[in-house]
Amino acid sequence: MGSHSHGHHSDVTLRVNGKPRTLTVDHRRVLLDVLRDDLDLPGAKKGCDHGQCGACTVLVDGRRVNSCLLLAVCLDGCDITTVEGLAGDGEEPHPLQRAFLERDGFQCGYCTPGQICSALGAVAEAEAGHPSHVTDPALPSGRPVPLDRDEIRERLSGNLCRCGAYPRIVEAVEDVIR
Amino acid sequence: MKPFAYVRPGSVEEATDAYASRPGARYLGGGTNLVDLMKLGVERPAALIDVSRLPLDAVEELPDGSVRVGATVRNSDLAAHPLVRDRYPALSQALLAGASGQLRNAATTGGNLLQRTRCPYFQDLSKPCNKREPGSGCGALEGVHRDHAVLGHSDHCVATHPSDMAVALAALDARVELHGPEGTRSVPAAGFHRLPGDHPERDTEIEPGELITAVVLPARPAGLPSAYRKARDRASYAFALASVAAVVEVTDGVVAYAGLAFGGVAHRPWRARRAEEALLGAAPTVAAFEHAVDLELTAARPLRDNAYKVPLARGLALDVLARLTASARA
Repeated sequence: MGSHSHGHHSDVTLRVNGKPRTLTVDHRRVLLDVLRDDLDLPGAKKGCDHGQCGACTVLVDGRRVNSCLLLAVCLDGCDITTVEGLAGDGEEPHPLQRAFLERDGFQCGYCTPGQICSALGAVAEAEAGHPSHVTDPALPSGRPVPLDRDEIRERLSGNLCRCGAYPRIVEAVEDVIR
Repeated sequence: MKPFAYVRPGSVEEATDAYASRPGARYLGGGTNLVDLMKLGVERPAALIDVSRLPLDAVEELPDGSVRVGATVRNSDLAAHPLVRDRYPALSQALLAGASGQLRNAATTGGNLLQRTRCPYFQDLSKPCNKREPGSGCGALEGVHRDHAVLGHSDHCVATHPSDMAVALAALDARVELHGPEGTRSVPAAGFHRLPGDHPERDTEIEPGELITAVVLPARPAGLPSAYRKARDRASYAFALASVAAVVEVTDGVVAYAGLAFGGVAHRPWRARRAEEALLGAAPTVAAFEHAVDLELTAARPLRDNAYKVPLARGLALDVLARLTASARA
């Protein structure tokens, strides 16, 4: 019946940015807090802490999710990618990180790691043929969905930017899908 | 948050057994609502039974042509599934009108049905709420209730059900499959959620310990025209002020089948049976649609600050019915 559990704690192994990390977690801890406080990965940000702002967005098994609403104990064996893992081992930032810099896709920067992880997930979803609220229902299912500005805006609506850098964020995403 | 035990069963039977042996247990799906409510102190389970990895993650066509959706299928995957997009477009559209990309990736089919109201009085421990604490009163009745119910509410509760998906399932005549200590049963999606009456603490007809294992969509191999439309305060990522799901079939110039349900206006998806009855056999004209929808909405009892919902729901329904029958009326 699942991982080793001792009352209110369990042992879990998460593969974070390619590295296995085994730790004992209090069942109440969410992935966001484990990343920031236990694993020294402060890239994912705590905004609302209720799944409403998207600042905590990371990729779990390649899918974008709100890490503030995921209990770490549920993720035993999962692959986690945070903004710190996007550039790989090299010095070069990920092309989307580069695009955010070149397009001035932020002001204060607090929402940026979540925006970038969310955009990567959104681009992968569109390539896999996932429609969105603004996709023409007549588009045949299973085909990649072309991402115009309306599609990008809709698909990133789960990421708030209180500085209002939205136009530049959309341009940055357009740069990497061209 | 109160400390809690955690178990991850490997089968449906292990899950229901674990529930039976642990007082105060709750099933956990994607957690997008339950974990949030635990942070707020509204939910305080003694144990979580994680059913999110149970082998209930398939969307499959059954021999009779119906489509069975496993309870752990994620909302994003269900919305994108070719069987759903091609045969039950209202369901795909409803899912995509809800939440955000991140939340849809985590939220499950079963969990979506069991999400709680977003009534601010329910979520705030310092406020009275008969749903959260029976007998404490309803803060919304005379309070801030612009987003609340106009149909089927009681003096005890005026909350609305927040799901978009459930509205489409109600209109589509889907069924909800439940596995419990007494065995397996299936209930219509349109009757799964309750009206508040004297017991607003009960959202659904589910019995303690029962687990949603699947949602079954009726056989429609050729599909039927269906659509979902939602009005909200911003263009994306907001709950419905009002919404409508409709399925309409026109044969030989008259409405041969109609399924209509409203969202955002009641404690449950509001299946518009009176409107459906009026539509059956009628020519698909604007006048017939207006007559049918008005017949349904005469039952509306708006609160002080939400009367706008009645014409809003009316307009949504008329628009969707007209669009779905456009080719038949051309």
